[in-house]
Amino acid sequence: MADQATFAAEAMQYAPQLYSGALRMTRNRSDAEDLVQETYLKAYRSYHSFTEGTNLRAWLFRIMTNTFINSYRAKQRRPDETELGDFEDLYLYKNLGSLQNASVGRSAEESLMEMLPDDEVKQALEDLPDNFRLPVILADVEGFSYKEIAEMLDIPIGTVMSRLHRGRKAMQKALHDFALARGLVAAQENG
Amino acid sequence: MMDDEVNTTEPGAPRDCSETLRELDVFLDGELSDDQQAAIRHHLSGCMDCLGAFDFHAELKTVVAQKCQNDEMPPGLLAKIELCFGTDFDGDGQIG
Repeated sequence: MADQATFAAEAMQYAPQLYSGALRMTRNRSDAEDLVQETYLKAYRSYHSFTEGTNLRAWLFRIMTNTFINSYRAKQRRPDETELGDFEDLYLYKNLGSLQNASVGRSAEESLMEMLPDDEVKQALEDLPDNFRLPVILADVEGFSYKEIAEMLDIPIGTVMSRLHRGRKAMQKALHDFALARGLVAAQENG
Repeated sequence: MMDDEVNTTEPGAPRDCSETLRELDVFLDGELSDDQQAAIRHHLSGCMDCLGAFDFHAELKTVVAQKCQNDEMPPGLLAKIELCFGTDFDGDGQIG
């Protein structure tokens, strides 16, 4: 049983991660601040039910995810089961990969890191419908396991996997469209 | 020696390109068993096409993780949380 007196020392270190996660979920700063505050308030009140030695970060994200689903998602009135278009596998790789390989004198990672601006990556993620955005945030930004995500979202692991797969593909399609709009991909036609 | 034991029903059995690419997500998410991982690595060691796709997506995962959590926390947020509890969380001697 965890002692409330140790809550600050143990839990407050995760505030920056929770805030970034909250921003990706709510898509605005004011709701993100409220969501993080509410998460800490709930966590503090129920800290006695946290099992010491288990993953506190996962526990905090579970509280935040539940809070988001129960209040903020309803408030934002987003359609619950928005259909994503279906795109071919390896969509971005097939369209950007050859460009990336053509870049000279840099490591591939630096190249992709430079080719995709921060705001476009954030936008591509935030544009995903909730059902796909939440698994992608929890897996690709926060690094949680399928099992942890399944528990947080209360869905089967197979559903986590299929939503991740489709969400990632849609995100890659969006990143490709952004690159196209900047004229980055069109250059391929000449070479 | 293990490599010679070909059995397509085993998790560690050799993969062709389409089988390998089908497991790309799960491999990069670190959710495959040791046997399955080894089978993928074995295929990648001899297939530049699949290796290119795996490298690209591994890098993309890094890019998404880095670029989606570099937000600066509003300076007053921790103080607001402290006010909720009447607790001196940051140990600066005052609440808020």
